[in-house]
Amino acid sequence: MAVLLIADVTNDGLGFDATAKAVTAARALGDVTVLVMGPRAAAEEAATIEGVAKVLLAEDAALGHRLAEPAADLVVALAPGFTHVVAPATADAKNILPRVAALLDVMVISDVTAIRDAETFERPIYAGNALQTVQSSDRIKVLTIRTAGFDAAPRGGSAPIEAAPGVSDPGLSQWVEDRVAKSGRPELTSARVVVSGGRGIGSKEGFQIVEKLADRLGAAVGASRAAVDAGYAPNDWQVGQTGKVVAPDLYVALGISGAIQHLAGMKDSKTIVAINKDPEAPIFQVADYGLVADLFEAVPALTEKL
Amino acid sequence: MKVLVPVKRVIDYNVKVRVRSDGTGVDLANVKMSMNPFDEIAVEEAIRLKEAGLASEVVAVSVGVRQAQETLRTALAMGADRAILVVASEDVHQDIEPLAVAKILAAIAKEEQPGLILCGKQAIDNDMNATGQMLAALLGWGQATFASEIKVEGETATVVREVDGGLQAVSVRLPAVITVDLRLNEPRYASLPNIMKAKKKPLEEKTPADYGVDVAPRLRVIETREPPSRKAGVIAKSVDELVDMLKGAGVV
Ligand SMILES: Cc1cc2nc3c(=O)[nH]c(=O)nc-3n(C[C@H](O)[C@H](O)[C@H](O)COP(=O)(O)OP(=O)(O)OC[C@H]3O[C@@H](n4cnc5c(N)ncnc54)[C@H](O)[C@@H]3O)c2cc1C
Ligand SMILES: Nc1ncnc2c1ncn2[C@@H]1O[C@H](COP(=O)(O)O)[C@@H](O)[C@H]1O
Repeated sequence: MAVLLIADVTNDGLGFDATAKAVTAARALGDVTVLVMGPRAAAEEAATIEGVAKVLLAEDAALGHRLAEPAADLVVALAPGFTHVVAPATADAKNILPRVAALLDVMVISDVTAIRDAETFERPIYAGNALQTVQSSDRIKVLTIRTAGFDAAPRGGSAPIEAAPGVSDPGLSQWVEDRVAKSGRPELTSARVVVSGGRGIGSKEGFQIVEKLADRLGAAVGASRAAVDAGYAPNDWQVGQTGKVVAPDLYVALGISGAIQHLAGMKDSKTIVAINKDPEAPIFQVADYGLVADLFEAVPALTEKL
Repeated sequence: MKVLVPVKRVIDYNVKVRVRSDGTGVDLANVKMSMNPFDEIAVEEAIRLKEAGLASEVVAVSVGVRQAQETLRTALAMGADRAILVVASEDVHQDIEPLAVAKILAAIAKEEQPGLILCGKQAIDNDMNATGQMLAALLGWGQATFASEIKVEGETATVVREVDGGLQAVSVRLPAVITVDLRLNEPRYASLPNIMKAKKKPLEEKTPADYGVDVAPRLRVIETREPPSRKAGVIAKSVDELVDMLKGAGVV
């Protein structure tokens, strides 16, 4: 059994946490070859993940912005040597891997949360309201791994790095620009603590309350869809069925009602704390610690006392 | 330019999903069904392109059980011009996999020659997020997924995509497949007169065999179960008590 793992590469280099968690999942399936589409530095870092047998480096400019068409072509060219093609379930992987699967005439299995054996996988459906175990009869299994449920493989490896075959850009799409905001805070999907705000925050300025508490706790900041739709928070903060899935040690929900689509993204957190002025808010049904209060009074007081 | 919009009939997003006790799946009999919310956004976008003079015709397509007719009628009432229903199953509990749906849609696209296909980003039942990308692959077209802004100009579409780090803009050569995200637009409600009118719009019925597509699933469902549930915890009476509780539990 041999696994081709597509590393998470961002403009800052290797997404270590996501990649190392996917390595943990992939090792259960066989020898892991990591494909890095990006700069050499990212490949060098991937090579240090324990359990990686080999790193393939593709430095082609055509792959620089991770456009789906050339990336999928490269993965498809490499795939015949492998039983499994896997990637952490990032937006990039969700863009690329279904394309890969269709070109290989196999199904893609998205958001795998557990690996039963080489062909049997568990994944959530219906916004996490059900867990389904599926068995694939396809020749090559193509899957994205929901990383929240896996521990990151440690550093300490020293895998060899080889050049991947070249790609030709089919020229179907072109990168225009990235609008990426930098923050000094931990990354949402790997943070140990997440503080999220919902519609109850009421305004973009109001989010400062959320951010102050987050900074006090060394936390990442998240948001509900309603908060993002209203323009209080950027899209990449959205937690939920169609946003990011997080499972931190501590998740603090402020002014969030707890719709099922939001719970889908955070209900596997170890401890959940909720502050909401409505005692009937569904978020209290999943919260370990709740406080029924006006968040504009309670959150600054909490920030001060922690 | 013709725009093709695949729409899926799914359990309404407000319905509390119940897993069948025998582990065979989720109960869909006598449950409110609706158009997949992302597909409403796709239909809305297609209609806006038509209203802006950029699209000539909007064709809605659904693959599934015969009842998906209702979903297509909704698309027609919103403003789609005609619809194609591919009846691929008699059983409401049989989901057609994205690969098979993509193959059927690819065959339809070859017949219809649309300049653009607008899919939802994800169906809220199987949560696969795959069909649009698979369809683009099968057609050899470019793709732009998770769109929150679409500008069609001549032979290209410039698309702002919602990605993990924020936003990414790409331009994609037409014909292409674009999958739409939540913030692209707010879908309109169909007015009563339009709902009446929609009943007279053409709705063609087909089968997968008409397109030579085998819809047999590649994934065998072994079990469907309830996720582990969480219990409600304690409610603090004040901020001070909350702080004490959190410190006491070693959470902060
Ligand atoms: C297809 C689809 C996908 C979706 N995907 C997601 C997703 O990924 N993530 C997501 O979050 N949602 C998602 N949603 C939306 C979801 O259904 C809810 O609408 C959303 O989560 C609600 O956000 P909210 O809790 O912030 O807002 P609301 O439900 O409006 O809740 C606001 C809460 O704030 C409280 N509040 C107000 N003022 C105060 C105050 N001063 N002090 C304390 N509390 C206060 C209120 O009591 C209320 O409980 C999706 C919906 C659909 C249809
Ligand atoms: N059975 C179907 N009929 C029509 N369109 C579909 C069907 N399944 C998926 N789609 C389209 O593909 C999108 C993504 O679905 P999925 O890949 O299943 O998450 C949906 O939002 C629809 O636009």
